[in-house]
Amino acid sequence: MPGKLKVKIVAGRHLPVMDRASDLTDAFVEVKFGNTTFKTDVYLKSLNPQWNSEWFKFEVDDEDLQDEPLQITVLDHDTYSANDAIGKVYIDIDPLLYSEAATVISGWFPIYDTIHGIRGEINVVVKVDLFNDLNRFRQSSCGVKFFCTTSIPKCYRAVIIHGFVEELVVNEDPEYQWIDRIRTPRASNEARQRLISLMSGELQRKIGLKVLEMRGNAVVGYLQCFDLEGESGLVVRAIGTACTLDKLSSPAAFLPACNSPSKEMKELPFNEDPNPNTHSSGPSTPLKNQTYSFSPSKSYSRQSSSSDTDLSLTPKTGMGSGSAGKEGGPFKALLRQQTQSALEQRGGSPHRFCRRREFPFFTLTAFPPGFLVHVGGVVSARSVKLLDRIHNPAFVGIMGNTRSYKLLDWNSFNSDEPETRDAWWAEIRQEIKSHAKALGCHAVVGYSESTSICEEVCILSASGTAAVLNPRFLQDGTVEGCLEQRIEENLPAGCGFCHIPYDELNMPFPAHLTYCYNCRKQKVPDVLFTTIDLPTDATVVGKGCLIQARLCRLKKKAQAEANATAISNLLPFMEYEVHTQLMNKLKLKGMNALFGLRIQITVGENMLMGLASATAVYLAALPMPGGIQIAGKTPSDGSYEQHISHMQKKISDTIAKNKELYEINPPEISEEIIGSPIPEPKQRSRLLRSQSESSDEVTELDLSHGKKDAFVLEIDDTDAMEDVHSLLTDVPPPSGFYSCNTEIMPGINNWTSEIQMFTSVRVIRLSSLNLTNQALNKNFNDLCENLLKSLYFKLRSMIPCCLCHVNFTVSLPEDELIQVTVTAVAITFDKNQALQTTKTHIEKSLQRASTDNEELLQFPLELCSDSLPSHPFPPAKEHLESARSNSGIPAAQRATSVDYSSFADRCSSWIELIKLKAQTIRRGSIKTTVTVEKASPMGEGNFRNRSAPPCANSTVGVVKMTPLSFIPGAKITKYLGIINMFFIRETTSLREEGGVSGFLHAFIAEVFAMVRAHVAALGGNAVVSYIMKQCVFMENPNKNQAQCLINVSGDAVIFVRESELEVISTQQPTANCQQSCAGGEVTT
Amino acid sequence: MTSELDIFVGNTTLIDEEVYRLWLDGYSVSDAVALRVRAGILEQTGATAAVLQSDTMDHYRTFHMLERLLHAPPKLLHQLVFQIPPSRQALLIERYYAFDEAFVREVLGKKLSKGTKKDLDDISAKTGITLKSCRRQFDNFKRVFKVVEEMRGSLADNIQQHFLFSDRLARDYAAIVFFANNRFETAKKKLQYLSFGDFAFCAELMIQNWTLGAVGEAPSKPDSQVDDMDMDLDKEFLQDLKELKVLVADKDLLDLHKSLVCTALRGKLGVFSEMEANFKPPAPQNLSRGLVNVAAKLTHNKDVRDLFVDLVEKFVEPCRSDHWPLGDVRLFLNQYSVTVHSLDGFRHQALWDRYMDTLRGCLLRLYHD
Repeated sequence: MPGKLKVKIVAGRHLPVMDRASDLTDAFVEVKFGNTTFKTDVYLKSLNPQWNSEWFKFEVDDEDLQDEPLQITVLDHDTYSANDAIGKVYIDIDPLLYSEAATVISGWFPIYDTIHGIRGEINVVVKVDLFNDLNRFRQSSCGVKFFCTTSIPKCYRAVIIHGFVEELVVNEDPEYQWIDRIRTPRASNEARQRLISLMSGELQRKIGLKVLEMRGNAVVGYLQCFDLEGESGLVVRAIGTACTLDKLSSPAAFLPACNSPSKEMKELPFNEDPNPNTHSSGPSTPLKNQTYSFSPSKSYSRQSSSSDTDLSLTPKTGMGSGSAGKEGGPFKALLRQQTQSALEQRGGSPHRFCRRREFPFFTLTAFPPGFLVHVGGVVSARSVKLLDRIHNPAFVGIMGNTRSYKLLDWNSFNSDEPETRDAWWAEIRQEIKSHAKALGCHAVVGYSESTSICEEVCILSASGTAAVLNPRFLQDGTVEGCLEQRIEENLPAGCGFCHIPYDELNMPFPAHLTYCYNCRKQKVPDVLFTTIDLPTDATVVGKGCLIQARLCRLKKKAQAEANATAISNLLPFMEYEVHTQLMNKLKLKGMNALFGLRIQITVGENMLMGLASATAVYLAALPMPGGIQIAGKTPSDGSYEQHISHMQKKISDTIAKNKELYEINPPEISEEIIGSPIPEPKQRSRLLRSQSESSDEVTELDLSHGKKDAFVLEIDDTDAMEDVHSLLTDVPPPSGFYSCNTEIMPGINNWTSEIQMFTSVRVIRLSSLNLTNQALNKNFNDLCENLLKSLYFKLRSMIPCCLCHVNFTVSLPEDELIQVTVTAVAITFDKNQALQTTKTHIEKSLQRASTDNEELLQFPLELCSDSLPSHPFPPAKEHLESARSNSGIPAAQRATSVDYSSFADRCSSWIELIKLKAQTIRRGSIKTTVTVEKASPMGEGNFRNRSAPPCANSTVGVVKMTPLSFIPGAKITKYLGIINMFFIRETTSLREEGGVSGFLHAFIAEVFAMVRAHVAALGGNAVVSYIMKQCVFMENPNKNQAQCLINVSGDAVIFVRESELEVISTQQPTANCQQSCAGGEVTT
Repeated sequence: MTSELDIFVGNTTLIDEEVYRLWLDGYSVSDAVALRVRAGILEQTGATAAVLQSDTMDHYRTFHMLERLLHAPPKLLHQLVFQIPPSRQALLIERYYAFDEAFVREVLGKKLSKGTKKDLDDISAKTGITLKSCRRQFDNFKRVFKVVEEMRGSLADNIQQHFLFSDRLARDYAAIVFFANNRFETAKKKLQYLSFGDFAFCAELMIQNWTLGAVGEAPSKPDSQVDDMDMDLDKEFLQDLKELKVLVADKDLLDLHKSLVCTALRGKLGVFSEMEANFKPPAPQNLSRGLVNVAAKLTHNKDVRDLFVDLVEKFVEPCRSDHWPLGDVRLFLNQYSVTVHSLDGFRHQALWDRYMDTLRGCLLRLYHD
């Protein structure tokens, strides 16, 4: 009995009129937790009752505290008939279970009814007294912090990043239980809401246990999804990255950092949690620790082939290009030695980590500097499954979950259901792992999983970016880790991550390699696709932009296996075309890399939809992309030729225009220093031609794109024609607008504080007559384009602004309906500064890297800004610089594979590279990277890390919501806990509520309101990393009915405006570090 | 391809002032789109008609949802569903309750009943204001009226407190409520030249001086009345006004009054002779008699309603026909009311002041073309 939950019901307001006679309400409240229920008195005849109840106390297990939501029901007392429910409030008390988060939940919550929506508000105070038992967290997993944020949260420092955690629980869906036939829709909805809430709690607790087992204390990048499998049940699954985080509490704690970076590093291990791995913690010499990290079976080297069949990839060393430290200093010798021995020993160490790191996956998309060494490319796997109910007579209850509804259900599940689902995912993950390995990478970052379900067919998808990581974060040897970081100095900032991790002679797929345009030392691919955010230190030319590939394919209606087979057969073609489109559009923009790539394949009754979104950028390290050249198949025909040349001109113009628009003018590398190309066989796919066929176009092309060969697009049939047309239909955003689907827009760094998060939903009905793939594609394309145009129009008052984290979700709710849901945030920026950026992009982008570091990665910020007041100690800064310069993230070709010989129910995979290009290979000269060291992160960021007075107790008015992990112009001072909410709304009076649009508009507004209310009650003023994970909308206009399910999550935080911080810090005498730190402490 | 559903929900509710105006003006979505197109928005933004249509629909839906809250503005402040910055909330309320001059002139002083509501289509046809907008404005008047009807204390303050209006708007509504409650006639042809502002000005003066709420200042009233209301005219005061008749009935008083006024104004008034002539008893346009008679008649409800008609007939029109400049009117009225204090035989000085101070203000405001 380690916890006591205390609840007080204070008052209500704006209650609905429940008694028509008096136009008033006799309200009372039921407070329920687990199986215990308390009631308040009836407050007669008021729409604004003041219950001011006593403290209701629940004595409960912490396990229950984690799983169960607090359920508050407001009712209208009726003497003669049953009491009418007004609505409910579910409060997740998880945030009260860890010490650093919220201490009390107190505030006005909207009273929600699944039929009527929000009906007034109720003021509730909730507290939890936990026994102060040191081991109290061991039975349950209270105390493990969860973050939706896919980077290390702002006020924390990653001590160790342990790795992948996953879990899933299955239950039957109350909507499909027999009892649903006799109960009211309200009861059914509430049963569902409650069940999902319970399952989420249980899932979180189970994941927490896994984290504790790994000796971690937090889950970052926590992504929980539910699959509505209909008759076959409800799956709630979650993935995340286990970490050991250290709170960066007050600046004073980092005082030593001002004086000496090494000192600060040494201190870190003492702050951190117990070592996650007992094996390695035993021998505590740094050297040994280091060694253990390079555990596994196969040593990583550039010469190695990737034919190794061992799939249990454990982290290999990230020091592919390791060499002596250039930063002279007392540690130099030691470092060298360590590195040496580390290199010697790697491969030789036992499989100590294999057990734990079965899947070396990371759900993070942004990383501490130095974490990411190389990026291999996108890896993905899909599998088509049949949600067949397993008819097992010997079923026992449901899934061994004690809390599940054990109803007398003859349709119920088999007890091995979760194992089935587990096995499915394990298969896919295995696939991903082997793809990563084929790319010479030991890890997958930016990893995510998704499903698409239609009737009994389910497509499971997983994707991520193969990468080589720096092991220092993956283990406990932080001291060495930090030091080691310096050794890799010869990876120049901004390009290291682009360098290929795989062996040049044994490439897993055909690729064009050139020497890096930045450092001229390592090989880089010509294009790079990744699922992660742009690394903060990447050198980017110009601005980025959102790129989408959209595709529809008709499919015959079929049942069960035939259906699954049909889908399986279509998938590879869809993937292929999606990638062709992406590549074409990338070229059209004159860019060479994609970040944040997310490919969604949605299955419907009679079609498949593919939507890929990514942010395109021009990486300075990669070669300049060639143009696109169109080749007609029948050059004999004159008019045809003319048409082709017309098209060619349009395309070339577009490329030129785009280059101007996105300010892509990479520094010219003069002829002399460009060496001879690397001799390499040119790869051709069937779509490629090495030469253009029309001389006119060649000259044109040469004019606009220098001396490179172009990427040739052959128009041999109408499909190809359509492709070319679709390329040109994408209209760039109006001037003053930019868009991206990553956290921040590459090339823009001067954000101002205005943000507007929004969700937009569109459903179109296709005319069922003669649907063709082409018409379908056009409809879908128009839908997305119009949606974007609408967004630009709506947000025009914010110009200049950027739509960040644009997240499109496609679903096919019915035969002829396509639903697209977009969530994004518009952020304003300062145009004047933006203009400056264009003048000296390289320098600026470096500077941006440093400011971004401050913004996004907390701990270098602490180092650097603390070092500012104490200028006598510059090493801290230098260290920071070198850290930054080492945090290379290799990029790579995207690799995808197809192996669709599979039976419908089999996991099908593919690893086939689609490369479309014909271009010269250039070799660059050695280019100095001195500028990197010059870039200084000094400036306005000086006092960002000063703690501000917590504003938890102030009256919370506005609650900001953003899908990003940060709030521009502000500093997050505290994480209050995860918000994970699930709502159902149903109506039987659709017309009266304004039709489908009115209904959904109101519902989404209500969901926002409830999220804000919960955050405000926790004492927060913002939700970061907000995501609407599900928005399932069903309508039946004939019956005047509609239903919608929404699942949202995010991290509740307290932020303080930087301007306010400055005020605080200017009040403090900042001349010396001591004082300012002390000041910071006082204000905390 | 038809759009079944198309919504946009921002964490901060987007309010487009232009669309809000169109919505308030009662235009349908398609009319609003057409008007926006005509305003050149497509050229400015490069948007398409479809985008504009979707945007307009969306705003209309938002406004429709907000309307329920706007009916009780404090709810708008406390609700949690729409996150709207305070300045925008104020704008929403202010604009929602704003009214058209043309409309208010039609309705001012009418009973805010179903009957009047039925006439709204005529008003709409006459003024060119959409019926929808007329209904909203009418309902606003009625809603405010209902809420403050039974309340004590300052009318404008009550309105401001319950509807969160700006000072200006609260005072205007106080005037509307006051006129509706007292049913002053404002629609007569003679009164057409008067603006709502003129009436509102008079209403404010009357509320300040002639209502029960103003009683506190009137020494003649015993404090028996618990009702402290700004809505109703002080009945006792109106009864007492009969006493003023003596000013015209008593020949001596009248002559004395006249000579005092004339002496004081001689040489100062450009229209002296006309003014003097007007004091003569048989003169049909005897200003003094007119003003006093208006006062004496106020005991009857019917005459109270015709107050403005009477003022215009008995004072404004005669002066206007003689081409009195406004300055002269002011001089005359000042002198006319002040000199009464020198009339020893006249005992109702306070009553006179309470009547005449307000009336003087009103008349000066009403005196224009």
